[in-house]
Amino acid sequence: MSGPADPTMPDAAERAELAELDRTWGSPPGFVGWLSQVNHRAIGKRYLATGLVFFLLAGIDALRIRLQLAMPENALLGPEPYNAAFTMHGTTMMFLFAVPIMEGVGIYLVPLMIGARDMALPRLNALGYWVYFIAGTSLYIAYFFGLAPTGGWFSYPPLTRAEYSPDKGLDFWATMITFIEIAALVAAIELIVTIFKQRAPGMSLNRMPLLVWSVLVMAFMIVFAMPPLMVASGMLALDRTFSTQFFNPLLGGEALLWQHVFWFFGHPDVYIIMLPAFGILSMVIASSARRPIFGYTAIVLSFVAIGFLSFGLWVHHMFATGLPLLGMSFFTAASMMITIPSGIQVFCWIATIWNGRVRITTSFLFAVGAIITFVLGGVTGVMLASVPFDLQVHDTFFVVAHFHYVLFGGVVFPLFAGFYHWFPKVTGRMLDETVGRWNFALMFIGFHVTFFPQHQLGFLGMPRRVFTYLDGLGWGELNLISTIGAFVIGVGVLLFLANAISALLAGRRAEGDPWGADSLEWATSSPPPLYNFQRIPNVSSQNPLWRSDPDETPVEVELRSDRRETPVTALLDARPQGRLVLPGPTLVPLFTAFSIAFVFLGLIANPWLVPVGALLTFGCIAAWAWPRDWNVDDTGRPGEGARS
Amino acid sequence: MKRRNALCLIAILLPFTACSGPQYALDPRSPASSSIAQLWWVMLAIASAVSLTVVILLLVAIGRARRRERGEDVREIAGRPLVLTGGVVIPTIVLLSLLVYNFRLGASLQSAEADEIGGLTIEVVGHQFWWEVRYPGHGITTANEITIPAGEPVRFLVSSPDVIHSFWVPQLHGKIDMIPGRLHTLMAEADQPGVFRGQCAEYCGMAHALMAFWVEALQPAEFAAWVEARTAPPLEPEDAQVERGRQVFFEAECGDCHATRGAAAPAGSGSAAPDLADLATRRTIGAGTLPNTPEALARWIEDPQAVKPGARMPPTALEDAEMQALLAYLGSLR
Repeated sequence: MSGPADPTMPDAAERAELAELDRTWGSPPGFVGWLSQVNHRAIGKRYLATGLVFFLLAGIDALRIRLQLAMPENALLGPEPYNAAFTMHGTTMMFLFAVPIMEGVGIYLVPLMIGARDMALPRLNALGYWVYFIAGTSLYIAYFFGLAPTGGWFSYPPLTRAEYSPDKGLDFWATMITFIEIAALVAAIELIVTIFKQRAPGMSLNRMPLLVWSVLVMAFMIVFAMPPLMVASGMLALDRTFSTQFFNPLLGGEALLWQHVFWFFGHPDVYIIMLPAFGILSMVIASSARRPIFGYTAIVLSFVAIGFLSFGLWVHHMFATGLPLLGMSFFTAASMMITIPSGIQVFCWIATIWNGRVRITTSFLFAVGAIITFVLGGVTGVMLASVPFDLQVHDTFFVVAHFHYVLFGGVVFPLFAGFYHWFPKVTGRMLDETVGRWNFALMFIGFHVTFFPQHQLGFLGMPRRVFTYLDGLGWGELNLISTIGAFVIGVGVLLFLANAISALLAGRRAEGDPWGADSLEWATSSPPPLYNFQRIPNVSSQNPLWRSDPDETPVEVELRSDRRETPVTALLDARPQGRLVLPGPTLVPLFTAFSIAFVFLGLIANPWLVPVGALLTFGCIAAWAWPRDWNVDDTGRPGEGARS
Repeated sequence: MKRRNALCLIAILLPFTACSGPQYALDPRSPASSSIAQLWWVMLAIASAVSLTVVILLLVAIGRARRRERGEDVREIAGRPLVLTGGVVIPTIVLLSLLVYNFRLGASLQSAEADEIGGLTIEVVGHQFWWEVRYPGHGITTANEITIPAGEPVRFLVSSPDVIHSFWVPQLHGKIDMIPGRLHTLMAEADQPGVFRGQCAEYCGMAHALMAFWVEALQPAEFAAWVEARTAPPLEPEDAQVERGRQVFFEAECGDCHATRGAAAPAGSGSAAPDLADLATRRTIGAGTLPNTPEALARWIEDPQAVKPGARMPPTALEDAEMQALLAYLGSLR
């Protein structure tokens, strides 16, 4: 397919084409140019980096929590700072770390994996990131100025209504949570469009890499799960700011309504962040075992089944709220049922490893650690599906232990497996494997030392969200062990940072495909050029870099180099259908994000600012929709249109 | 290698060494808690078997793949039977049996609630951050301590006027949320006389961590005596110090929120604060926060926020003599 035989010495025409592609897909220099970037990899990297920063911030809060609980009647943090710390820890981990970073993984990797040059809606992509960035930073700025929410990450009213939590902290929480979901929805829609319409010729749905499948299911789940959350947090904001009474039982509202709507989002959300992680595990395991994944179809069906079932589990967060037993039994059954697709995946991974030739990398170690941890969290999950058992351990440290097992096994360890796997692709540098092993060992051991004893703390009667506990309840020793473990995790994370920084400064250069992996992102250089692929690859199997079907005729897609173009293909079989012309760098998404933020921050500060923000937003959208020359076919001088 | 294994074993067993305490759910003292504890042990056995199998399979798989990597000829496993047995057949059987077990247990715990109409009913109201306890059949009101007869099912009617709390005595039963606007029922029965600790299990605000209570189960005869003592007309103060203390109680505006026996709180104050009718008989003050001693009581009255930040009670500055009189009066409330 490619022109000259020796790729290191391109001929003059080739060189001219590459230079033109660089110009077309590049952005203006300088800080303003940086702000105006809309390329999916730029946005994806920002999501990943910002998510990592929030992970560290939430981790610091976790250590403060653990220090306070290290011994009975500790006076390190008072109740107010402690309650703020666990609220911000949970809020940050769920809303500012897990969901956005998984979107970041999708936004960065999906176009590379499906052989596209960029995503379908680059400006929307940038808007999503800025919304996330503004929402996250304003929550933290408020936190640092002492306006912390103290209602817990699921903010049950009536406690979170203005009568019981008059501080502005909860206003920030309610409005910023509503606001940030714009980012999630925008990312989901883009990912769906991109995956459906921009796959390389020949990549029919049944040849998509498993990570792409998992991101697709995640995106659909976001579309259905986030609007209920926006409705709930919007209602809470209205209750607080405009004295509506949705959640006030004294005036005909209903406190339980919040819990239903919130968990209708909240339970799918857990799987929203775990599915891409399962996708990462599938990719890492197949490439470490150096054989195609076993049970591709079974795993895809498991993703889809999990996606559907996860919407029927929410009441298992509410077993102690006095609902009718018959109704709750349905949710017990559904909660147990979801174990089956998860189990199928685990056994597919085991079969893949069993029949492979495994090379033990840090990435693979994290994947194995993830499976073990996830299984241990899964079995306690089945226990919690039991109504009588849940009545005993609900809202205790047993549950704290359970969900940290699930989230470390189902999100954090897979993400670190992914970091080690794709770091060379993103940065062009290799992470150090020896440091990596220490990194894994510390995080894995630290994790189990921290959270295993918490199961027992739950049985000993320790409720969650207590800023202190009295001596004589028998909770002291286990809490101390748990605190020590938390610091071991902390050292592990620091080691990762040190590894990443030293790799960026002086790491070994990475080749295009350092692991000998099978998917398309490894077909381009590390890091990839701005346009991802000079020639759009053709796909004739599930593992395009490992084998191709000689019977399939390759399709050459002609793309112009003077403007941003990427192929459009059919939904099912990825037959080429046309070309999509994409917009270039622009500041409009940034301004739009700030205008919408103005509306939301106005809700907190002064309702009169809301119409002002709405007007600004209108202006931005008008600028957004203004006809541009990148939509015009003939743009005069080459490359000019894309950069205007 | 041996030593590492031993260390691992210790690390795994360590959490199980701390196996006692007044809120230990696996030291059940009631039929309900016993059946839930039993369910746990069954589920633990299954869960351990499942996790162990998966981990062993995973490690064996890695071992095989390593050997193949080194060039040895290792037979491949048939993936389809493995996934179907491990991922579908066995989980389905195990989960279905667990489901049936759970439904039966859930139904039996619930029918226990439905059957007992005649027994003792106790209303418990969760407040930020204390527990109001009423015996509607006997006209008794108290706080933060519940006395029940052993060996008899007791019906707890729980509610809340402010935010969501959760009523939980692990040794007697699982928890039930106290949700404003709703009335929930929990049947609990202590097997034997004894003392059990309970604690609020739903985050309810600043002092959530310090919202505990005690349940004391008495022999039925002792319980009857307790009821009689609580419902007998109050004694008039017999010594001057106590009488002086009662004056201090009202001068310092304690009586604006707290009812005592023979002196209801003013109309409109509702149940703003614990009824002190039998304060001197209680184990603790501040909803399980301090032992009920005169020193602790003095500390509490002077500055409740220092003991329990977030408590609704304001500080009260008293002369030493007044404090002594007040303590004498409070000590006479039994």
